[in-house]
Amino acid sequence: MKLHEYQSKLIFSKYGIPIPKGRVAATAQEARHIAEELGGRIVIKSQVLVGGRGKAGGVKVAKDPQEAEQLATQILAMEIKGLPVRKVLVDEAAAIETEIYFAITNDRAAKKPVLMASSAGGVDIEEVAAKTPEQIVKVHIDPLLGLREYQARDVAASIDLPRDYWKEFIKIAAGLWNVYKETDAILAEINPLVITKDKRLVALDGKMMIDDNAMFRHADLAEMRDIDEEAPAETEARKYGLSYIKLDGNIGCMVNGAGLAMTSMDVIKLFGGEPANFLDIGGGAGAEKVAAAMRIILTDPHVKAVLFNIFGGITRCDEVARGILVAMDEVKPKVPMVVRLVGTNAEEGRKLLENANMITAETLADAAKKSVAAAQGK
Amino acid sequence: MSILVDKNTRLLVQGITGNEGLFHTTQMFAYGTNVVGGVTPGKGGEWVLDGKIPVFDSVKLAVDATEANASIIFVPARFAPDAMFEAADAGIPLIICITEGVAVQDMMRVRSYLDQKKVRLIGPNCPGLLTPGEAKVGIIPGDIAIPGNVGVVSRSGTLTYEVLYALKLVGMGASTCVGIGGDPVNGTNFLDVLEMFEHDPKTEKVVMIGEIGGTDEEKAAEYIASKMTKPVAGFIAGQTAPPGKRMGHAGAIIEGGAGTAADKIKALESAGVKVAKHPEEIPTLLK
Repeated sequence: MKLHEYQSKLIFSKYGIPIPKGRVAATAQEARHIAEELGGRIVIKSQVLVGGRGKAGGVKVAKDPQEAEQLATQILAMEIKGLPVRKVLVDEAAAIETEIYFAITNDRAAKKPVLMASSAGGVDIEEVAAKTPEQIVKVHIDPLLGLREYQARDVAASIDLPRDYWKEFIKIAAGLWNVYKETDAILAEINPLVITKDKRLVALDGKMMIDDNAMFRHADLAEMRDIDEEAPAETEARKYGLSYIKLDGNIGCMVNGAGLAMTSMDVIKLFGGEPANFLDIGGGAGAEKVAAAMRIILTDPHVKAVLFNIFGGITRCDEVARGILVAMDEVKPKVPMVVRLVGTNAEEGRKLLENANMITAETLADAAKKSVAAAQGK
Repeated sequence: MSILVDKNTRLLVQGITGNEGLFHTTQMFAYGTNVVGGVTPGKGGEWVLDGKIPVFDSVKLAVDATEANASIIFVPARFAPDAMFEAADAGIPLIICITEGVAVQDMMRVRSYLDQKKVRLIGPNCPGLLTPGEAKVGIIPGDIAIPGNVGVVSRSGTLTYEVLYALKLVGMGASTCVGIGGDPVNGTNFLDVLEMFEHDPKTEKVVMIGEIGGTDEEKAAEYIASKMTKPVAGFIAGQTAPPGKRMGHAGAIIEGGAGTAADKIKALESAGVKVAKHPEEIPTLLK
């Protein structure tokens, strides 16, 4: 789960990381009030869960509350990479001297958390990583020991941070480690961490991603999920414990297992078709879940055929067949359906679907070819 | 001979009285796996499978009584990390964690601890191990594979079944099938298993099934190119997956342009691996 900048910075501040004064606003009038309270120069920042807000014109500086209101009106009317702006963060504008990149994330290759810092902060860090990787300092953290103070000090020295700031930097590093650890973050990023003209370290921008698998111990964070930022079908799918991602093609897919679901998409493409979605019903899915999955697939008007590829293991093919029948009865789909059932209780499953007017297939390649033909109306 | 599990495996089941634990214990027992006991805290002294398998309150007690040398975990995700620590502390040298959805920071702590203890972990979020005709330690349907000389290693569950089944249909069997799991932080990677297959006299050919995300396939390719003498065929899932999207709860995600299917296929092909266009093509590539 991604958090907005304003949410991330509120969490940072709870862990002792200094952030600019400011608040989030949903209307231009609110933005004006906040600007009046803050006084001085203001920065208005769109709150959408995509990168590149600045380049898209979603971050602007205002000299007074009146201009803050004007700019907030403009920004709240914007769409950034297809996402409408519903909130803006109104922050005091900082006088910046230096920008630092600072983050803790998971290094899946090392199987450890990694702290990353660079004095080339502010800009797109992926660009720095690609062009001048030597400018990024990386330190792995032992997950059982946590971040040690000497590691943070070494990082401060490696990015040529003036010694006057080391003590404060170490405090911020400890804070960021605690944020990462206690929120089960996948990413806790400050970009930029700035040195202001009046010699303070401030986290000007923040980004966090939380591990969905750890939500059971973070009820408070679960409430922060912004479902406005998700495709409605994806929210609906999560409710049923399904993994659904909409794509641009016209062949709907329902598969058990992420690897096999991706493979089914690949094989559709190999035989000249385009998958309309990724959908993994998971292991051991019952009839109700299968029915929900079919409803979700068919809400996409581009779907011209549906492929069911089920290799029963924990999942029982007869259960899946029952779900398909329930959903067919309820949704009355008008598009052709290709079904392939193999593995646990496949025979029973096939029998249940005998009179369901579906196209059957033996192998995955066969199923893909038939669904491509069906989508083309052949 | 085979790798990791065989007739001599003495298996413990953690979470044996749960729905999934009991169902799969029945299946494993019926296959002929030597299931020596189970653990469910609070149910020690009970028996399952009509009095054939004793239940203990802790892994320590179970090990003392049964001399188990492997443990399979079926407990829910939030309890799975503790189950892994418990098995390691009780001296179990091989842990197989089937559980899906374990938090990644938990897994980093588990992995770090188990590495120090030199405990081998398979999974989590994996279908487990199958040495056809000898032992089934996991949830791979037993009847989709026959004994043979092909070593199979895979990050995916049902995709593995697809490949085992395709091999069986042409009369090819497996020495051992290892499902290493699709999570970003797991216990055993491709490289570890390829090394084991290289040294296993029973394995003559290897199938490796990867997917997008991470760099484990690339590392495996380096090993294959420099050290491996046995032929390898492969498949990479996720060629059509868009970047930045998490394809399921698995670790399949392309991050920052790294870990694409195209990169992995290129790395494997330049290491001499025959990469299939679709999984059913694999048996042909092994001939």
